[in-house]
Amino acid sequence: MTSSSQQRIVIVGNGMVGHHFVEQLINSQHDCHITVLSGEGRLAYDRVYLSSYFAGKTAEDLAMTTPETYQEWGVDARVNARVSDIDRTAKVVTLESGETFEYDKLVLATGSYPFVPPIPGNDQPHCLVYRTIEDLEAISASSAQSKVGVVVGGGLLGLEAANALKQAGLETHVVEFAPQLMAVQLDLMGGDQLRTKIEDLGVQVHTQKATQEIVAGEHCRYRMNFSDGSFLETDLILFSAGIRPSDQLGRSSELAMGERGGIVINNQCQTSDPDIYAIGECALWDNRIYGLVAPGYAMARAAVANLTGGEGEFAGADMSTKLKLMGVEVGSIGDAHAKTPGALVYTYHNQPDGIYKKLVVDPSKTHVIGAVLVGDTSDYDTLLQYALNEIAVPEAPESLILPSAGEAPTLGADALGDAATICSCYNVSKGDIIDAIDGGCCSVGDVKGATSASTGCGGCAALLKNVVDSELEKRGVEVSKAICEHFNYTRQELYHLIQVEGIKSFNELLEKHGTGMGCDICKPAAGSIFASVWNDYILQQQHQPLQDTNDTYLGNMQKDGTYSIVPRVAGGEITPDKLILLGEVAKQYNLYTKITGGQRIDLFGARVEQLPAIWEALVAGGFETGHAYAKALRTVKSCVGSTWCRYGVQDSVTMAIDLENRYKGLRAPHKIKFAVSGCTRECAEAQGKDIGVIATENGWNLYVCGNGGMKPRHADLFATDLDDETLVKYIDRVLMFYTKTADRLQRTSVWMENLEGGLEYLQQVVIEDSLGIGDELEAQMQLITDTYQCEWKTTIESPEALKRFRQFVNSDATDSNIQFVTERDQIRPATKAEKFSGEKAIPVEIV
Amino acid sequence: MQAQESYTPQWHDVCHEDDLVTNSGVCALIGEEQVAIFRIVNGEGTQYFAISNWDPIGEANVLYRGIVGSLGGKTVVASPLYKEHYELATGTCLERDDVSVNAYPVRVDAQRVLIEL
Repeated sequence: MTSSSQQRIVIVGNGMVGHHFVEQLINSQHDCHITVLSGEGRLAYDRVYLSSYFAGKTAEDLAMTTPETYQEWGVDARVNARVSDIDRTAKVVTLESGETFEYDKLVLATGSYPFVPPIPGNDQPHCLVYRTIEDLEAISASSAQSKVGVVVGGGLLGLEAANALKQAGLETHVVEFAPQLMAVQLDLMGGDQLRTKIEDLGVQVHTQKATQEIVAGEHCRYRMNFSDGSFLETDLILFSAGIRPSDQLGRSSELAMGERGGIVINNQCQTSDPDIYAIGECALWDNRIYGLVAPGYAMARAAVANLTGGEGEFAGADMSTKLKLMGVEVGSIGDAHAKTPGALVYTYHNQPDGIYKKLVVDPSKTHVIGAVLVGDTSDYDTLLQYALNEIAVPEAPESLILPSAGEAPTLGADALGDAATICSCYNVSKGDIIDAIDGGCCSVGDVKGATSASTGCGGCAALLKNVVDSELEKRGVEVSKAICEHFNYTRQELYHLIQVEGIKSFNELLEKHGTGMGCDICKPAAGSIFASVWNDYILQQQHQPLQDTNDTYLGNMQKDGTYSIVPRVAGGEITPDKLILLGEVAKQYNLYTKITGGQRIDLFGARVEQLPAIWEALVAGGFETGHAYAKALRTVKSCVGSTWCRYGVQDSVTMAIDLENRYKGLRAPHKIKFAVSGCTRECAEAQGKDIGVIATENGWNLYVCGNGGMKPRHADLFATDLDDETLVKYIDRVLMFYTKTADRLQRTSVWMENLEGGLEYLQQVVIEDSLGIGDELEAQMQLITDTYQCEWKTTIESPEALKRFRQFVNSDATDSNIQFVTERDQIRPATKAEKFSGEKAIPVEIV
Repeated sequence: MQAQESYTPQWHDVCHEDDLVTNSGVCALIGEEQVAIFRIVNGEGTQYFAISNWDPIGEANVLYRGIVGSLGGKTVVASPLYKEHYELATGTCLERDDVSVNAYPVRVDAQRVLIEL
């Protein structure tokens, strides 16, 4: 509710910057009434990650706020509220709908619009731009009817847009007027290197091309005629040739404007009318429009400070940037073009590996003033700190970019002063982080929550961790990595001890390295390691007490204490006879049946004493255990591939079956899922799996460390066009390296996120064998494959093991608490009420 | 249970010692009651424990299928359903003050396992 004394603040526009302004204003606890007028149909969303929409993110995923949140904050937020007029004298804004809002202070955060070059024919259908979620929907719809797509503009956004088209499955071209890509951020050499890398990924780049007209095409929908006489045929054209400020309101209300647009602001972000502020891409500061989000945020903070009587001003912004374009790392810092008079340059160019680095220093060679990085941005954080905080460079500045095998001086967290900026998105300094730790934060997660550091572009994550770890260490906080109270070791260390010392039983491990009796944390972890290293039968007497109930009974325990049964159906291929057998067994034992996500069949409701008989029937019919109960290889999902499918280019089913048979029985820190797709249509959804294999015309592309489930992660493209043998070799090495080094219950996706050096490091270890352990990893995997046994077959042949499969040691009775009722013609566990009423519950029939 | 006042616990012979599993559990049916029986062997010798098999949180008869171990010096079993720990000697749930299970005396006599209930 507005009280007469309350200041009325109206914000026009709710993009990322407008939203940041609202957030900052709320945080300041300034007594005011806030109205947000958004011209779009939805509230703020993350435009930085717009291309992730094509990787499966939804509008909800991208949203930065919700109407409910704004309501909680007491913000009156309107969508589809386009402002048509500002009356500066009466201090009233009017919407197109006629509705009016009085203001004491007005904030213009209207952003920008994509510039579409004035080319004849640019207004036809399938000629699109790339800025809003609606644009993405249009691109998506157009892509479905197109084979070829062209992006006009080879800048940062243009390449993002090209990635989007490529992900949509189009043959993708980039057309750029300048002689190079990303001319703002990169120099010519860097631009060339980027071009080579992007062309390797299948995107065709055409530089120095000026489009003259867009006419009807012969093979495609359109033909683009260039001024040099050449042409290109395409079905879809995406313009990404820069942005223009959305400044009409400034113009119509006669605020001071820049010659080429933009609403002029001072350091407080006030326009020529002191009661009107402008922030973000519609604002012109020092004759400059800033097209990145971080400067926009800085303007929002300056405006809030000024409005609330605090300190702070906008004094320009660092335009350094680090990003991954189609998997190619690119970084640009400060004076990338070495335009500073007297600036000196060091370059390193490694053409075979596609790496280009340039370091720009001041004439006295004491400070870093700029840098260009293509193909490898591992030095970015360090160089940025040198540049932003004017840290004196080492005597041989080139050492900062040369790959001198671990000897490059790394910039430790301690070298930074308290004023050093760690996170430039949220303007968090090292001092802010120290304050947060002094205020009780004990982990990177805590600090992120308290300061927002590293929650923007995430580029400072490694540095943030460094600072937090170093500060915690100084305070004597030791972050224990011990697995539990019985072992003062990580899982990786335990694995090493077991392997190197040849330890084969838990008692031996406990005696040599632990205390107490062990527990439900360390016992299964040790059991899993014994299986990974020695691959003995897991129900051997000394191993049995280590296993979780699922492993002990070789089934998945359900809520009522019954088990579910999942036989292996390698690659999802199953004969009619086997299907019939599954049906017969399920019928005989009255089991609930359901198809799993991994192309298998799950039979539910088996009592512990029924398991051996059920498995005897299944094993006799040719089934083997599916390890659905184990932290082990689960399934290799596949599409039908080239055998049946019109589009398949390789035999994905045979590959899936071979892979499943090779890796079945491998026990690992967590479950592992594979998929194999027979073409890039990717029907097997391999890019959401721990190991994903996608057929190409020339072989197989290998993806690693993807995940669905709770925290989906898109798998990383690990290697391309592999032959069968190399594919298996790489998978052997990746999986065994994971098994050796991951934490307990750590999926490959999280393992990868935490792996120092990330994907590149894993590629070095596996492809280049940088640690010299490639043969050892393969040999270990071969041992696992050679010693495979179907645990159920072994179990039903062992009278000793079978003794455990009974509910009562002294009676043949069954557990009276297990009761079922019928639903949709199958059993389900009776609810508590149903059990007590005793009417619907059917007693379990003993077979 | 309604006859509790007049009920006198008795020793029940449930099984042979060899029916037990070292450092793990089995279950015996005594009247209507399911009893989880554990044999713990460590440096301090051999100990026997018996608690109710009913997991009051997961509401299923499964405690004998849990992993046994020690936590802060207490010998415990972890429920295989939701992993709460029950002290074998007393039946106390370590995670929840308001939850416990019955614990029963056990002895082994001439290789026979006896439970008092």
